[in-house]
Amino acid sequence: MAVAPFALLPLLGGSLRRHRLRLAFTIASILIAFLLFGLLAAVRNALTAGVEVAGQDRLITTNKVSIIQGMPRAYFTRIGSLAAVRRSASLNWFGGIYQDPHVQLVVFAVSDAYFDIYRDLQLGPAGLATWRADRTGAIVGDGIAKRYGWKVGDTVPMKSNIYRRKDGAGAWPVKITAIYHSENQDPNTVFLHYAYYNETVTFGVDSVGWVISQLKDPTTVETTSRAVDAMFANSRTETKTSTEKAVAQSFANQIGNIGAILTFVVSAVFFAMLLVTANTMAQSVRERTPELAVLKTLGFTDNAVLTLVLAESLLVTLVGGVLGLGTATLATAALGASLKSFLPFFQIPPLAYLQAALYVLALGVAAGVVPAVAAMRLQIVTALRTS
Amino acid sequence: MDGPLVEVRGLTKEYRRGDEVVPVLAGLDLSIARGDYVALMGPSGSGKSTLLNLLGGLDQPTAGEIRIDGVSIGELGSNELAAWRARSVGFIFQMYNLLPVLTAEQNVELPLLLTSLSKPERLARARAALALVGLSDRARHRPRELSGGQEQRVGIARAIVTDPLLLLCDEPTGDLDRKAGDAVLDLFDALNREAGKTIVMVTHDPRAAARARRILHLEKGVLAREEG
Repeated sequence: MAVAPFALLPLLGGSLRRHRLRLAFTIASILIAFLLFGLLAAVRNALTAGVEVAGQDRLITTNKVSIIQGMPRAYFTRIGSLAAVRRSASLNWFGGIYQDPHVQLVVFAVSDAYFDIYRDLQLGPAGLATWRADRTGAIVGDGIAKRYGWKVGDTVPMKSNIYRRKDGAGAWPVKITAIYHSENQDPNTVFLHYAYYNETVTFGVDSVGWVISQLKDPTTVETTSRAVDAMFANSRTETKTSTEKAVAQSFANQIGNIGAILTFVVSAVFFAMLLVTANTMAQSVRERTPELAVLKTLGFTDNAVLTLVLAESLLVTLVGGVLGLGTATLATAALGASLKSFLPFFQIPPLAYLQAALYVLALGVAAGVVPAVAAMRLQIVTALRTS
Repeated sequence: MDGPLVEVRGLTKEYRRGDEVVPVLAGLDLSIARGDYVALMGPSGSGKSTLLNLLGGLDQPTAGEIRIDGVSIGELGSNELAAWRARSVGFIFQMYNLLPVLTAEQNVELPLLLTSLSKPERLARARAALALVGLSDRARHRPRELSGGQEQRVGIARAIVTDPLLLLCDEPTGDLDRKAGDAVLDLFDALNREAGKTIVMVTHDPRAAARARRILHLEKGVLAREEG
């Protein structure tokens, strides 16, 4: 006679209420495991978001020695003249500071074509035209604009923690000419005119940090990147050209193999949780041996008893998992606001929720399977004798 | 169905302790009519509880056959045996064996979870069984909030709620004082006389045994004598 699973609910609830303190500690341990999982998933998402959105048809050329070493500006022109390149743009790290010297802003000096390459930065044709027409113009993300209350038309003093002005002035007055919005790019970046930057800095004049090339045909990335590097081989400044995705991945890897770290930490925590939960379940089943024998006496089948114990284990991990991931979601939302300038994509990705659901299932089954099988195999007469 | 409810032929049960074989029942034959009330007596180790467990399908005999209401229970598989137990047998234990986390009503409802009855139907039956044992006012109490006698009456309600053919009672008054024990025995009398339930009761207590229609004395795994 099969038992409807919901019919086991009163038994399940009763079993779980038996040792409330022990149950609370077990759930708290699982909660912490899933909280950690959620936070690490958010960190990984933040650090690798650039990799995910990187274009397949874009190449980035940097100095072969280091990305902080510049390249002659002429490289930008020569790369742009290659037949396979549709358009190219240059990018220089400015090291921006606004008001608080301890808060580093993401500020780049870019050439005009930059916004033709990154069309997902939505700022409208009027905004782009205004920026192009004004040498001191700046295009800012809606995130940073909101944070500092900037509006189009405002002029703000931008300092740099790298460069000084030739004229000795402390800051670059920049006029907000457009505010961009993007679904997948950092909303906290400030873009200045390369020309404005280049004519005012005391060093690094006529050099560029990165050259971004958009190709006519994405299938030519391999040959074009080799052609670019070959063009500057054996010169004073050799180059390294990679796809945007590879560069973004390389940035992420500088912090470490985030995926491996995450896997290691999460595995260790989950293994510990497995032991804790399995121990709780084993203890719970041991204490209830006579009761399980009574259930079998009353006609509950071996499979029903197995289901009961497994369901109990799954319910404990489910509650812990939901609470843990829920806490992680709230924590990332709360922390995300303050980390926005450094980690704009500090949020738990949808895939991590799916992974967590699978972990809940795996942890529940793994922790419950041994005691459940023991309960299933229980000999009624022997077990009743222990009551 | 005509004929005896319980037929036992050549029932043998041996336990193994390492290389040693310990005989408990040695080729026992027994017949119990429908509506009978049988007390099993005998010294410790005589095989009374083992016989009760075998009659309830809780244990497997080494040899022999048990037929209950025409069903040879030794031929049933594990799941079939569980279903048969749920349908045909009510168990009453010395230590009551109620689930401490459930209320009296939920304990009584427990065997009905294995039926196709709806929740309201299950509750109605559980309440009727509790009313029959005089514990309607204790339905929401948990076992620790009940006296021993009340716990045993809840145990009886749980045993009869599915209206089984056979009630198997293992020392049902063994842990009760005289008054509570008498109340339980009165219930058995009523169940046997008024509801026609067939009862097999293991007991050491001659007063309890005296309530039965037949008293069977077991010694060293065989029926030594019969009274009644």
